[in-house]
Amino acid sequence: MLEGVLTGLSTALSLQNLFMVVAGCIIGTFIGMLPGLGPMSIIAIMIPVAIKIGDPAAALILLAGVYYGAIFGGSTSSILINAPGVAGTVATAFDGYPMARQGKAGKALTIAAVSSFIGGTIATILLMAFAPALSSVALLFHSAEYFALMVVGLSAIAAFAGPGKVAKALLMTIIGVMLSTVGESALFNAPRFTFDIQDLQSGIGFITLAMAMFALPEAIFLVLDPSRGAQQGDKVEIKDLRITKAEAKAIAPVIGRQSVQGFLIGMMPGAGATLASFLGYAVERNIASPAEQKEFGKGSVKGLAAPETANNAACTGSFVPLLTLGIPGSGTTAILLGALIALNVSPGPRLMIDRPDVFWAVIISMYLGNLVLLILNLPLIPYIAKLLAIPRNYLIPFILFFTLMGAYIGQNNETELLLLVGLGIAATILRFADYPLAPLLIGFILGGMLENNFSRAVTLSDGVSFIWERPMTLAMLVVAVLLIVVPWLRRRSS
Amino acid sequence: MALDRLIALIFLAVSIAYGYESFVTIEAGLLPFERHETFLPNSLPKVLTVISIGLCMFILVFNEDEDAQDKKPEIDLRHWRNYHFGQAALLLSGMVAYAFALRPLGFLISTIVFIVGSAFILGERRWLLMLLSAGIGTGVIWWLVQVVLGIFLRPWPGFITGG
Repeated sequence: MLEGVLTGLSTALSLQNLFMVVAGCIIGTFIGMLPGLGPMSIIAIMIPVAIKIGDPAAALILLAGVYYGAIFGGSTSSILINAPGVAGTVATAFDGYPMARQGKAGKALTIAAVSSFIGGTIATILLMAFAPALSSVALLFHSAEYFALMVVGLSAIAAFAGPGKVAKALLMTIIGVMLSTVGESALFNAPRFTFDIQDLQSGIGFITLAMAMFALPEAIFLVLDPSRGAQQGDKVEIKDLRITKAEAKAIAPVIGRQSVQGFLIGMMPGAGATLASFLGYAVERNIASPAEQKEFGKGSVKGLAAPETANNAACTGSFVPLLTLGIPGSGTTAILLGALIALNVSPGPRLMIDRPDVFWAVIISMYLGNLVLLILNLPLIPYIAKLLAIPRNYLIPFILFFTLMGAYIGQNNETELLLLVGLGIAATILRFADYPLAPLLIGFILGGMLENNFSRAVTLSDGVSFIWERPMTLAMLVVAVLLIVVPWLRRRSS
Repeated sequence: MALDRLIALIFLAVSIAYGYESFVTIEAGLLPFERHETFLPNSLPKVLTVISIGLCMFILVFNEDEDAQDKKPEIDLRHWRNYHFGQAALLLSGMVAYAFALRPLGFLISTIVFIVGSAFILGERRWLLMLLSAGIGTGVIWWLVQVVLGIFLRPWPGFITGG
């Protein structure tokens, strides 16, 4: 292995490849900030450039840089304007945006950058050490286990429900899953719940719903109550990047735990950064002390560090099945698989033997990508955070424009814009009544995967007997129930 | 009735409509061979209907959020006159108008008009600054999306470009 690492180091540290990783990170960060353009679209756009480069190692290093950059860029828009452009950064907004509103945008971006860096680094070390062995673990998961994993993900809504809001959070999750059933699914050839509207056949776009649930209601609240904008104010310096000793002490164990948990979740094909970030947030909230739990959702540093670490670690984890088995673990790695094949590299168990230069160079470049991101972004954070100092009369129109652009680029039709406004108004009313909106989005994101895996599991076992016949499935479903019931009982008793 | 219960009632109506579609409409549209499948297009929707109706009833019957009265809401609707509802309604109408104008007017004109109009609604009156910031912002985004990334956004009205 040492020989492979050294080969990878010499390849990744060549001048050309260093340039590739820097360029990838810059492109990814800036384009990733635009809602609607997640890592998947950016990597897809960059594939022709990668193929033109010709050298598989250099091309993959560029794409890996773009991948990490886009994830960090998505976190930036989540934190600054509550507009998560990709599903993996939705949980970042839960505490990142409240921190920005308290005048701690610089600090929030620094915590995001540092957590991402450490999460990515630990995950890269895990990847180097255990990739071949872990790939066989990923294969133990079948559709029944994936279905149970999705249910665990959905039950994590208990983490987002404040006191007395468990039923509301559960209802919002179910409404989210219901929305995911709109349109034509890959399973069935007939459209469902489209009311004969042609543009709904492909379903509701994720970006549209994310913008409608987060960015648009926030913009409306800023319009309704101008004093909300003033809270972002200058009482605390928004450019201040410093993390206090107490904060560092609080987030250190969170980062450690979530690096490992995120990596393990990311490694399982189909789970990916989104589930990792939600579960990371849920786990950290549930194990926090009651006093710290109250801070979650209001600008908790732990609540920000958890999803940021987990999603970056999961991104690295998702390379395990790709590089060792040739199985893409997510949409993004599926596109990377396409790029690998186009570059005449066949990922799979023999990649490490046949092309050690490519295998190790990609792994080393992941670490370099994380390092470059940190070096590039820390000095930029004061300038990025200053976006919040733009006068309200200009900031709000641009936030509204970005929400519209996100929805439009995602689906390329005007109906999506009308849907955005309608859902945005509904979300604002739900916020008036204190219904949590995050569970709805989580239900929507996981709903499609839940139905696909449920259908496969039911078909394979000719019924629902898989629930009690497969111990891992049963154990996970029990965990899911406990995740909802235990915090509820704890609140009732206290 | 409290707003959260009213919303639960609306969701109950939505769930019943969703359930009707799942249990009746989709069921009726199934082809004969599909009826023998283990998993049908309405299998999950049926489960979702039952759970959502149960949850709506729970929220309607039990006042779970007992602390709600003591909590200070983000927007206190009892003092609705203190908030800028008119501006919010105008901005939302502007977004709807933007959706309808995007194709006939093209991206550049409709976006500049939308941003300038929104700033005007919010009380901005420095026309030169509004036009400059809207023009530069719109131009940069168009260049990035269309020219750099290759995602088509028709810049000018159809009658000019001929499309």
